[in-house]
Amino acid sequence: MTITTNAGDLDRRLLMDRSVTGRKAFTVPESDVPAQELPDSSLLRDDVELPEVSQLDVIRYFSVLSQLNFSIDTNFYPLGSCTMKYNPKINDELANLPGLAEIHPLQPEETVQGAIRLLKALQDDLGEITGLPGVSLAPLAGAQGEYAGLLIARAYHDARNDDKRTVAIVPDSAHGTNPASASMAGLDVVTVRSDAQGNVDVENLKELASSNTAVFMLTIPSTLGLFEPNILEITTIIHNAGGLVYADGANLNALLGLVKLGDLGVDICHSNLHKTFSTPHGGGGPGSGPVMVTDELAKYLPKPVAEKADAGYLLASPEQSIGTINGFHGSFSIAARAYAYIKALGLEGLQSVSENAIISANYIQAKLRDKYDLAADRYCMHETVLSATRQKKRGVAGIDIAKRLLDFGIHAPTMYFPLIVDEALMVEPTESESKETLDHFIAVMRQIDDEIDSNPAVILEAPHDLPVTRLDEATAARKPVLRWAPAE
Amino acid sequence: MASSVNTSPNHPYIPSTDSERREMLGVIGVNSLDDLLGDIPIEYRHPRLSLAAGLSEQELSSVFSSFAAENASSATGYISFLGAGAYSHYIPSTVRSILQRGEFVTAYTPYQPEAAQGTLQVGFEFQTIICQLTGMEVANAGMYDGPTAFAEACLMAARVTKRTRIGVLASADRRLPETLDAYSKHQGIEIVELSPDVTEIPDDLACIGIQSPNFFGAIEDVERLTKLAHDSGALSVVHVNPTALGLFRPPGDFDVDIVTAEGQPLGVPMAFGGPYVGLFACKKSHIRQMPGRIIGRTTDTQGRIGYALTLQTREQHIRRERATSNICTSTQLIGLMVAVYVATLGKQGMKDLASLCYQKAHYAASEINRLEGFSVETNGTFFHEFVVRCPASPQSVNAALLERKIIGGLDISDRAEKSMLICVTETSSKADIDRLVAALGEIGDRS
Repeated sequence: MTITTNAGDLDRRLLMDRSVTGRKAFTVPESDVPAQELPDSSLLRDDVELPEVSQLDVIRYFSVLSQLNFSIDTNFYPLGSCTMKYNPKINDELANLPGLAEIHPLQPEETVQGAIRLLKALQDDLGEITGLPGVSLAPLAGAQGEYAGLLIARAYHDARNDDKRTVAIVPDSAHGTNPASASMAGLDVVTVRSDAQGNVDVENLKELASSNTAVFMLTIPSTLGLFEPNILEITTIIHNAGGLVYADGANLNALLGLVKLGDLGVDICHSNLHKTFSTPHGGGGPGSGPVMVTDELAKYLPKPVAEKADAGYLLASPEQSIGTINGFHGSFSIAARAYAYIKALGLEGLQSVSENAIISANYIQAKLRDKYDLAADRYCMHETVLSATRQKKRGVAGIDIAKRLLDFGIHAPTMYFPLIVDEALMVEPTESESKETLDHFIAVMRQIDDEIDSNPAVILEAPHDLPVTRLDEATAARKPVLRWAPAE
Repeated sequence: MASSVNTSPNHPYIPSTDSERREMLGVIGVNSLDDLLGDIPIEYRHPRLSLAAGLSEQELSSVFSSFAAENASSATGYISFLGAGAYSHYIPSTVRSILQRGEFVTAYTPYQPEAAQGTLQVGFEFQTIICQLTGMEVANAGMYDGPTAFAEACLMAARVTKRTRIGVLASADRRLPETLDAYSKHQGIEIVELSPDVTEIPDDLACIGIQSPNFFGAIEDVERLTKLAHDSGALSVVHVNPTALGLFRPPGDFDVDIVTAEGQPLGVPMAFGGPYVGLFACKKSHIRQMPGRIIGRTTDTQGRIGYALTLQTREQHIRRERATSNICTSTQLIGLMVAVYVATLGKQGMKDLASLCYQKAHYAASEINRLEGFSVETNGTFFHEFVVRCPASPQSVNAALLERKIIGGLDISDRAEKSMLICVTETSSKADIDRLVAALGEIGDRS
């Protein structure tokens, strides 16, 4: 057999295919206690079928795999509504301090005063930033924060014996978790239209708001990257109907120090610490989705809530808490990272985050609007939603443009979302990226548009230079192969 | 003031300079940032915020050092015997090393599979490992944590059986039914508590939820309970400790339908409760009702192997209010830690580790059981943890232990009179165990 020099031929074998009987990567220490009798053999299993590899095998295997990824550390990643900003390295280091990483969640409170003090400090800052002072850090992700928010709304209505409120009104531009969470909370989902400018259709909302409205779920800025100009009228309509306003804080990166949601009539919101507050996305979690509420609703928050008492810090259960939504106290080491981020930036730095995020998104929009349609022809907030409708007519769809961007080392924008925009490409540059990076992205997007006429195949067959070309996802779903199996 | 571009000094996390901002505003066609904020009601724009000024990295480090110093941990000379859902285990250097890879840490969910083959192949390894440990046919790429995985498993059983009553054994950690309650309270689900000795169950249950080892550390008769469930058309949902699976027969041996677990013991720091990862596996026949992300193998246009998210029509971004769950994370990074951990320990290591934990816990139990006034109450075979009845209130015993820099067992006097739940893993040396036993002996003599 001839050995080739083709570096592109990746060794994609799985660990089990690299396994050699007798190899090991780790030695478990010998027991230092007198031998104890093992249980009855009927309870014990035979060998577990697991890999047998050397320590270098483990390190090289996972290191090489990591190189197959795009990431913020290595690529511009303008994935809309995901806020792919720089994740400061110091935050990882601080969260891994042994005094924070090696404490047990059920330790007596007097032995974890530093940890609870940290949680309380983050609660206070999030309450201040959003203008909603009741804060629980328990939710483990945005979707859980959203679900907790809906349970709080239900608890509020139930406490008033207002039990006819079974409807969540959700804009047609909303993220899929909004209706999914509403459904989990036992609410019927009613959709309110967006108007031609991308705002909530206020007349439609007036028709829908009624004595059965439990909650109105508004993403702000919206998934179109727009601040809702009728926000005060909207919150008044909902409050007059007896409902509560929940704000999905996925896009909070646009609002730091510029406006407080609580001032606008929002009753409940959540924030994704892994977006606005820079904690790493980790390839799909862990996240953290604290829920913030008005003083009036604080008694319903999920437990625990960190509090300061005379004797010190403690983890309290609010008097009419919606309960325990997960195992312990939320994503503590994610909270630690988010707090480190807030402390590093401070007041001026946080304002600067949103200001720069907004300027960068509008700059991209201004530089691409002659080539790409805009979902809404007005200034955007921290992200701009382009539409590849003109490109589609010329034979290249949004997904093709997204794949072609990968060839230039740029991660694709969020595609085909929000659902109300044809061929949507949602671009969120974040404040982390320099003007040179933005200019490079703009130039590439313009070049791709030119390529539609000069060389459409290069777009339609993209990506070319990645570990794989486009994948057959239909077969993957039709004939699922979901784990390693021995070769037949 | 409000109308000007921020002229504060640049921050290390924000590259744009004043002149670049001015240039970009010029291209946009406005004079100031405020010209872009016209949709925000002017009376609420630029609110006063009571936040401190930013800190340098060096200052930040000292703030966090003081947080850390206020906690009792191994770093400050304490030994601990807490378990009950979070466990102290040695984390190999390989896990910490791979966790430094920014290419894993700072990537997003793999929506563009061509640019995320690393994340996806790791997820496929994770699914394989979970299947191998549990003996189940399929696993998803991870849930938030153990209790939420258990809650989602019970809701899945309700969907599969089209039944609305869920049985949970009384021997389970109460965090399991509590989390299930928060997940199901508005879905018309009723939770029924069952005795572990139950021999007959109502014929309308969606599942029996079993924790084994249970909250008290004892191995349940999963085989018998699963048969009991199946005889009445219910499913069997078993919440396991993944470390124990190195030694004990896996749920897959007993025809269990859904298996969940807290993944934390597999290489994840305790970190005051999170983030962890929920493990979730089931029979292949139920896969289309499974919540969460699933990664599948496929091929590219050139026939090369590749991986992608699959079976997405179950999920919220497609099905919206009819999705199997609202979850949209796999807690991938913690799944990576699990994958590296299990790959590192490997076939022999997982077995040796479970045996070592078993040896140490049983040694500790036998020594404590000999002490005047203390008795080990957990019956039958146990793993990691066991119930100790104390001669005085567990609260007072723990207070006396704490004076000796020992964090004692979890006070469970609300579930068993004068009792604490003591956990011993491989991170407790014989000297640590002997120190606990000696301290308990002194405390017992005084009470």
